Amino acid sequence: MAQIFHRSTNSIARISILAAIILVSGLLWAALELQRSPYVTYAGVAHMQPVPFSHQHHVGGLGLDCRYCHTSVEISGYAGIPPTKTCMNCHSQIWTNAPLLEPVRESFRSGKSLVWSRANDLPDYVYFDHSIHINKGVGCNTCHGPVDRMPLMYNQASLQMEWCLDCHRAPEKYLRPRDQVFNMRYEQPTSERPVELPAANGQGAVKFTEQSALGNELKTRYHLRSVKDITSCSTCHR
Amino acid sequence: MHQGPDEKTVLQDVLEPGEPPVLAPGHDFGTVSDKISAIVLRRPLGLGWTGAAFIGFVFVNLLLMAVTWLFLRGVGIWGINVPVAWGFAIINFVWWVGIGHAGTLISAILLLLKQTWRNSINRFAEAMTLFAVACAGMFPLFHVGRPWLAYWLFPYPNSMGVWPQFRSPLVWDVFAVSTYATVSAIFWFVGLIPDIATLRDSAKNPYARTIYGLLAMGWRGSARHWKRYQSVYLLLAGLATPLVLSVHTVVSFDFAVAQLPGWHTTIFPPYFVAGAIYSGFAMVLVLAIPIRHYYGVSDMITSRHLENAAKIMLATGLIVAYGYFMEIFMAFYGTNIYERAIVWTRWRGPYAPGYWALIACNILIPQVLWIPKVRKSPFWQFVISMDILIGMWLERFIIVVTSLHRDFLPSSWGMYTPTRWDWATYLGTLGFFLFAFVLFIRVLPMITIFEIKALLPESEPHAVEVKA
Repeated sequence: MAQIFHRSTNSIARISILAAIILVSGLLWAALELQRSPYVTYAGVAHMQPVPFSHQHHVGGLGLDCRYCHTSVEISGYAGIPPTKTCMNCHSQIWTNAPLLEPVRESFRSGKSLVWSRANDLPDYVYFDHSIHINKGVGCNTCHGPVDRMPLMYNQASLQMEWCLDCHRAPEKYLRPRDQVFNMRYEQPTSERPVELPAANGQGAVKFTEQSALGNELKTRYHLRSVKDITSCSTCHR
Repeated sequence: MHQGPDEKTVLQDVLEPGEPPVLAPGHDFGTVSDKISAIVLRRPLGLGWTGAAFIGFVFVNLLLMAVTWLFLRGVGIWGINVPVAWGFAIINFVWWVGIGHAGTLISAILLLLKQTWRNSINRFAEAMTLFAVACAGMFPLFHVGRPWLAYWLFPYPNSMGVWPQFRSPLVWDVFAVSTYATVSAIFWFVGLIPDIATLRDSAKNPYARTIYGLLAMGWRGSARHWKRYQSVYLLLAGLATPLVLSVHTVVSFDFAVAQLPGWHTTIFPPYFVAGAIYSGFAMVLVLAIPIRHYYGVSDMITSRHLENAAKIMLATGLIVAYGYFMEIFMAFYGTNIYERAIVWTRWRGPYAPGYWALIACNILIPQVLWIPKVRKSPFWQFVISMDILIGMWLERFIIVVTSLHRDFLPSSWGMYTPTRWDWATYLGTLGFFLFAFVLFIRVLPMITIFEIKALLPESEPHAVEVKA
């Protein structure tokens, strides 16, 4: 009787075992990578806006403080997108004829809101509060990235839960003094550039050359709740 | 020289005079291979097979419709409600998992106990396990409100930074059932390899030869192959045995871990396992009796097998009866009013007819198996097995529903009435089981060829000496 399989089946059989292992583990790896990739999270992808608003120009160039536009960030859960009136504070006087700004003037005339596209959009089953982060010493650019260098807004972070938990499980890695929160060029302390805090007794200052020491001190000063507290479900999923 | 009976048969005659053999005389290696492989390779489809496949296919479609509607509309199409949030889905899940257990008992535990009578029924019992576990595995998936997120039950490094709660028996279920399904499938496939090689060698159709040739993975049946094969098979049997006991134990934990009166009972693990084997053997008989008749394999699945299965049913049925009695005894021996209330509710509450039907089906009627004449009659075996399958389904219904519908707070008492979608899903899985099973009979040898050959006198080394 003739052989059922050709000699080459030996090689195919051997290769297929290896190929199956590589294929299955490769597909699993790809699936895990894909769910964290900008393809899913849009991290780093600039959003198209009705007006190409440039944070680079307004913050990096003109030196506006974040709170000039995002007024409620220290007192409210929602940082707020400025109304058309905030734009018109200046743009009723400068660039009054710029075609680029026509949608803003149109919004001002008609009273209809500009429809901005939200870059940092959390699902509604997540309750995020801006003010608590600001008041506990989390800087804007820790989460939002170098906004002062963004011609168009994009979300720096994946906004995935593992990203939130990374900080909530070890907040000392990121905390900074409260007066540095809105400093977009703040850098963590090193031995060359120490960060100073006023001493606890009000006399002089304490120097920190390491982030871990500074972060742990700030955790105590700002009364951060325990990791167990801030990683429990009810913190965000209310 | 006279070709005398081999040692085993002689021994059997001494120990069990008059008992039917596990393999009827008149077979040799060739006839065994021919007879079993002919069912797959040469037998025409036949009206019986086509009819069964058609019925199965119709009910598979019913299942697909029921599940499509379920996924579109949500679990609210079922009769479940707030006090009774577990209904048919969990009842059927436990019922199907239980049925699967007899297959592993036959293939693994009886192998460890060197029971040669398992040889002719283990293959289709294992297939029964696989298809029953497939049916069972659907229900945990269907009964969750958001089935598309069921993969969250697996521990994988996800972007949420969360892991399953390893203290929940429902998470243990995921591991128990998926491990059980995997090990059963591997065990079944390993057992199939030498038989598929037989099919490969006897198939005339080139496509069949190629497919069986691929599945047989180059099995040549050398002494080395067989030596390693036996070790692997024995190891797998040794692995499957604790697995079969733990899987249904884990299933029983779904209930026993809760604080509900009627559920929170330490007797559940062994008593669920006994019930699983009870209903599993009933399903084995329900399948074996028509199959041996239809395919004319009564010389391989002899009345000895049927009677042994009936005896195991009787034994496990008594363990189950002990379980029922102990639950009642403990309710009155203890001082917990809720425990007593559940017993009274089962006796006299709205589901009392179900409870008394359960007692009749599981405890009273099977006692007729004590009578040798009934125990040896395939007709009565079939009837009793059907009765036990119904009874064991009722047992899960009573455990799940009666404990939920009346519990601590009278303000949260309710009733559970299954809807047509509950029934459609259940009937659909029955159809899926039937369809898968008839397909299996058609494409794979339902009786283990090489293990039947081991039962032949020629396989005994001493018998060969006598012949020489």
